[in-house]
Amino acid sequence: MYNRISPFLISILCIGIAVLYIPMLVLIGYSFNASPLVSVWGGFSTSWYTQLIHNDQILDAAWLSLRIGVFVSTGALILGTLAAIALVRFKLFRGRLLLTGMVNAPLVMPEIVTGITQLLLFISMLQLFGWPHRGITTIVIAHIAFCTAYVTITVQSRLHSADRSLEEAAMDLGAGPVRAFIDTTLPAIAPALASSWLLSFTLSLDDLVISSFVSGPGASTLPMVIFSKVKLGVSPDVNALASLIICLVGICVLMAGYLMRRTERRRVHDAQLAQH
Amino acid sequence: MKSARDTAADWLKSRAKWLIILPPLLYLVVFFLIPFAFALVISLADTAVRVPPFTDILSISPDWHIHLTLNLGNFKYLFTDEVYGLSYFYSIKTAFFSTVICLALGYPMAYAISRTSKTTQSILLLIVILPFWTSFLLRVYALEGIIRETGLLNTALLWLGIIDHPLQIMRTTFAVYIGIVYSYLPFMVLPLFATLEKLDHSLLEAAGDLGSPPWRAFLDVTLPLSMPGIIAGSMLVFIPAIGEFVIPTLLGGPNNLMIGRVLWDEFFGNRDWPVASAVAIAFLVLLVGPIAIYQHYSTKQLNS
Repeated sequence: MYNRISPFLISILCIGIAVLYIPMLVLIGYSFNASPLVSVWGGFSTSWYTQLIHNDQILDAAWLSLRIGVFVSTGALILGTLAAIALVRFKLFRGRLLLTGMVNAPLVMPEIVTGITQLLLFISMLQLFGWPHRGITTIVIAHIAFCTAYVTITVQSRLHSADRSLEEAAMDLGAGPVRAFIDTTLPAIAPALASSWLLSFTLSLDDLVISSFVSGPGASTLPMVIFSKVKLGVSPDVNALASLIICLVGICVLMAGYLMRRTERRRVHDAQLAQH
Repeated sequence: MKSARDTAADWLKSRAKWLIILPPLLYLVVFFLIPFAFALVISLADTAVRVPPFTDILSISPDWHIHLTLNLGNFKYLFTDEVYGLSYFYSIKTAFFSTVICLALGYPMAYAISRTSKTTQSILLLIVILPFWTSFLLRVYALEGIIRETGLLNTALLWLGIIDHPLQIMRTTFAVYIGIVYSYLPFMVLPLFATLEKLDHSLLEAAGDLGSPPWRAFLDVTLPLSMPGIIAGSMLVFIPAIGEFVIPTLLGGPNNLMIGRVLWDEFFGNRDWPVASAVAIAFLVLLVGPIAIYQHYSTKQLNS
């Protein structure tokens, strides 16, 4: 009797999912509207997409954001994985509490506060050391800080559940701890590494507030350009751009999820075969 | 002879482990923690017409005396100008009601997902998480297409004959609520699902056997046991919602003065960095309570 789901629950679930998806679907619909007036349906057209290809401001901003995203997600992956290893494998060390706080705080700190404080730091550093100049460098540094936190949380939970017996077996067979880790545990946490790289990439690509604070003249990321256009109201070329981004990210995430599940299943399967 | 395990333990005990600990620790301390110290220092400075636009706190006079000039005026200013008090109050109010709506919508969703089969669960969770991966800014923008005067909602309601002139939703407080609920709903559903999934159903059956009607069993068993999820989810919505900038700027009207917008204007509009720093520090003090509650319950959930 308790295992049946009531129609009430099902309808709330459907409403919730509809709330999440309808705005995006409508946006994609509008992006194919031939009429520049967003309220009138003027027939099907892909003209906003062709206009997009010729918009240098948007293309430059997109290229800048992609480059920043690659630097950020790679940097955050390295730092976050190290932090996760430290927190899971070293039970006691001086600074453990500090590190725990440092990987949790960015997750709950409002972006606007992080952005302001980081800008103040960069300006003071520039005065004292003559580095870093505001622009792509400061954006990358600032993004790595909050993305590291997300990577650590993701990798940490995977590392907790990873089986250590293989690693110990490798060490009993004479492998050094680093070698043993790379050969046994690293493949096991690889899906988590891949998904946290992807997560950092999308978080960096999407960030508006922190970038706006720490960026300098001449470095406008894609969200900054979109935001300045959107503030003026709905515009058809942003509809096209937004639809492109939403579809690309959706496809990438679904594909990555599928691939990770497949490799994970194969790995578990292989491990089971090896045990028999 | 030492086992390989002991040798490894020795190796780990040696300094090499600091090669793993120090890079992330130092990075986050320098680029996340120390900035707050700078903000605190600058909030005690005075505005000045120069680059950067604030006075030095420490100065050394020609005869090598060190002068420390602290200016508490910025914090006093926060209390005298009622814009700040109002915007703090308004932000908390908006975040609170948005969180309540999120909970009212998210709890039944999480509950329904937790009662489905494992395969359906993973598909439904993916559907809920997917919007979190797509751009936050673009999703808020997409919402405008629904709720603006000529948007889908008004067109549909007019066509159905429910209303005879378009509803003004854009640039109202209601639009801000819709925006926050829409953007943060996944943050509410996920922690709730995590606790509800672990729920021991035999407890519910026991309550049923002892004569509790389902609603009573829900209130006595399910609700108390899912409290950690309720609190974690609520904090995950409440904390970022207080500091929200994009939603009140794009969807709200001039009355929706949330603290994020005040900070932004103080910084970019008035270029008053010391006051902006003071606003940020005061905001941070305000957040310590909710963040502590969140940490407490999320670590509890992790350990269980």
